[in-house]
Amino acid sequence: MTDQHKHQRPPSGFNRRAFLKGSGAAATALAGGTGLVQAEEATTKIVGPDLKPITLNVNGKDHKVQAEPRTTLLEVLRLQLDLTGAKPVCTHGSSGASTVWVEGKPVEAATTLALDCVGKKIRTVESLGGDKIDPVPTAFVHHDAMQCGFCTPGFVVAVRAFLDKNPQASEAEIRAGLNGNLCRCGTYANVIQAALEVVQGGKNG
Amino acid sequence: MAKEYNWPKFGTAALLGTDQDRIDGIPKATGTAKYSYDINYPNMLIARVLGSPHAHCKLTAIDLSAAKQVPGVVSVVAMKEPGNEIRWQGDLIACVAAESEGACAEGLAAIQAQYEMLDVFVMDDQLEAAEAAKRTSKGGDNTQLENEAGEDEDEDEFAEKELQRLFDESAAVVEGYYGIDAITHMCLEPHGSTCKWDDKKLTANLSTQNVSGTAGQFASPLGITAGDVTVHCDFIGGGFGSKFAADPWGVLCAQLAKDTGRPVRLMLDRDIELKTAGARPSAFMKVRAGADKNGVVKVWDSHHWGTGGPAGGAVSQGVIPYVFDPPNRRRKATNISTNTGPSRAWRAPNHPQACAISQTVYDDIAAKLGLDSYDVFLANLPSVSNGKAEVYADQMKVAAKLMDWKAKWHPHGKGQADGDVVTGLGMGIHTWGGGGHPSNCLIKIHPDGGVETSLGSQDLGTGTRTAIGMVVAETFGLPLSAVKVNIGSSAYPASGPSGGSTTIGGVSESNRRGAQDALRTLNELVGKKLGVEPNTLIASGGRIFVEGNPDKGLSWKEACSLLGMQPLEQKGSFVPGGASPLSSSGVAGVQMAEVAVDRATGVVRMKKFVAVQDMGLIVNRQTAASQIYGAAIMGIAFALYEQRIMDPQSGSFLNAELTDYKLPRLGDIGEIVVEMYEPESEYNRGVIGLGEPPVIAPGAAISNAVANALGIRVPVLPLTPERVLNAIEKGRNA
Ligand code: FES
Repeated sequence: MTDQHKHQRPPSGFNRRAFLKGSGAAATALAGGTGLVQAEEATTKIVGPDLKPITLNVNGKDHKVQAEPRTTLLEVLRLQLDLTGAKPVCTHGSSGASTVWVEGKPVEAATTLALDCVGKKIRTVESLGGDKIDPVPTAFVHHDAMQCGFCTPGFVVAVRAFLDKNPQASEAEIRAGLNGNLCRCGTYANVIQAALEVVQGGKNG
Repeated sequence: MAKEYNWPKFGTAALLGTDQDRIDGIPKATGTAKYSYDINYPNMLIARVLGSPHAHCKLTAIDLSAAKQVPGVVSVVAMKEPGNEIRWQGDLIACVAAESEGACAEGLAAIQAQYEMLDVFVMDDQLEAAEAAKRTSKGGDNTQLENEAGEDEDEDEFAEKELQRLFDESAAVVEGYYGIDAITHMCLEPHGSTCKWDDKKLTANLSTQNVSGTAGQFASPLGITAGDVTVHCDFIGGGFGSKFAADPWGVLCAQLAKDTGRPVRLMLDRDIELKTAGARPSAFMKVRAGADKNGVVKVWDSHHWGTGGPAGGAVSQGVIPYVFDPPNRRRKATNISTNTGPSRAWRAPNHPQACAISQTVYDDIAAKLGLDSYDVFLANLPSVSNGKAEVYADQMKVAAKLMDWKAKWHPHGKGQADGDVVTGLGMGIHTWGGGGHPSNCLIKIHPDGGVETSLGSQDLGTGTRTAIGMVVAETFGLPLSAVKVNIGSSAYPASGPSGGSTTIGGVSESNRRGAQDALRTLNELVGKKLGVEPNTLIASGGRIFVEGNPDKGLSWKEACSLLGMQPLEQKGSFVPGGASPLSSSGVAGVQMAEVAVDRATGVVRMKKFVAVQDMGLIVNRQTAASQIYGAAIMGIAFALYEQRIMDPQSGSFLNAELTDYKLPRLGDIGEIVVEMYEPESEYNRGVIGLGEPPVIAPGAAISNAVANALGIRVPVLPLTPERVLNAIEKGRNA
């Protein structure tokens, strides 16, 4: 029995399958009705397949970066801007480790295309640090809501975003509302305590 | 005079045993901590690997030419040659290094490989099928009997008869099948490295549990010496026993960097990581156990099997039954070779599986006799193999109180149902060693009062960095913030790999020894200056002074200025073997679970989990507690959720993505209560490792709680809704 494992690359130099696989953005691109998918219907200007200079506004500053249509926001943040707080944990965005804000909404940078973020305000976990540290990361440290810490930046953003929306969240609401992030080391019990401290300590705001 | 090393007397330590925030907490929580995956070098290439799509095959041809033509692809390397046999899906076939992730993916897709299919076997739970497929090998056996065979009697025949006699005499006999599936490590930072060459010297930023031990593994295949390699790992995103080696992908990354003259990052894709970079062996067991009317097991006869991948490798027969060692027992293990990725050490190797498949049997004996499981565990404590019967009894009392066991207990299957929901209680006990590994450190005291310690250790997330700082700060009477801790580089003095809960013992030993020696040297100078005997001096509260006379002394800074121009350098070393006043090994631990089971849906919910754990002298209370919380949650994961699911026909790993590999989320864990068992006697034992023990018993405790709720055993972990419903169905038909 012989099995052939082979993929033909189309002559155009643009391989749709590789695009989807490489970007990890299949779900977003298809379900989200992005400019790129619409481009196939010729309703929008076609971009790519080559690198294109774009400007992204990250943590309040404009940055000139380069992106192909398949480039994810996560790749740009990590490789071009050296903002490595958001982590590449899985290609389908089911871990929450790459959570950042786009236009104030928490999204997975791993499943968001960089080109889709042009003209939008992007905020990363790094914005919660620096000289004035946000109460959420502080509470994470105080309650040791981290072990290896690889999930932690994503979790911090998720908790910050959740508490912004639910400033008086109860423990039950916290347990019900923070299931988008995965931690292998098992820090959930401490994350709950950290989130509660931010609410109860009146530090949420 | 031999140097003396000791800890502060019980109750007198300033830092040890307190809650201290991790010194690297803020960088971790705000995303500035740099993991191997995060190291960016200018001009760096991204490399990814192609895994075999088939579980068992022969590579017959491989053509890289199309891949090399893909725009952005810089290098393509075959990792297997035609003729090579591939024994599991995901084994590495080839690698592409490219300018971007996308170009890499396109390059991988353009690789053309042909395979000849071979017979596949992955059904590790089916002993007879494995025998028929000639996939079994002996895993060892051992028989222990109170009575001995006569001179002219055949040992095996005697054992057979003797066991039968003991079963006939038993008040209750449980006969059954128990099991636990293979699981993966699922480190959130996958295996891999970022490598860079400067002239002929290699820097490997490797995600590793073994900073000091991996340089040589890079060196020999690359034709350089270990001295030309520096391994760095400041932060690691999970290892759990799977990241001790440079691994083929680490060496390949360094090779690609050498060949292309550019830095290269190669981290495994999630699916390849799960398929190829380690798993925990499965365990399945047929067993007969006989007990007296109090539930004391007098006779045990078991045969267990499981797989550690192509090489076989079942759970060691030496830990069956787990912790309990009945006076008469026969046990046998069989290894099954499967076309699945090779196993690697997984937190407390052998123990979680052994506990899950054998302490469930003890609970079924309680059920059969209509006894309280607590009483049956208690009655069997005299047979524990680690001499800790009294500690267990004490810990059981503490745990039962925290769980409110007596008030909540009901006989198996006899609780009050709330609609379809029934609740239940279960428990398990465990044991581990946790003695320190070899460790060296270099402690520096600078003339300006600055203190640092350097060692080639690593912080897996257990808080090692902070614990080291606490040990040194405690010794010098300084606040934790005064000590700089340098770890994560093979350029520092060698310290052991972090496995088997050996790190805290090792690094506490080397740092306490080094710091006590350094302080003795400093005290010589201070003594001379003050005109007092150095051995009357103590360091406390930022000062060095005559004990009992705080005014007669110097501030730490003044004391250090006596060093002159040069810093004081002191090596601290620890080699295990023999008794040490600073560390020891051997812990117990008791865990209890309360669950709610929905009989209509088969869903098990955690209500409460109680963990009582001894660990000798506690260094950092806060991070120690985190280890136990984390272990409980990992235990909930393998008890209820996670399993490696293989397709029996093709041998494909069906759920090798996070989307499909089920793990608990924050809302799934219920209430977790952690209790440190710490009478003064524990403090006096010195430091003992803690990472492994609390992850062992959750499987048994949770399975027993489900059995108590339903009155039926769900025999194989994880206890998925499907399995719970099947067990209920089977119970109905029985
Ligand atoms: S802390 Fe390690 S994965 Fe969450």
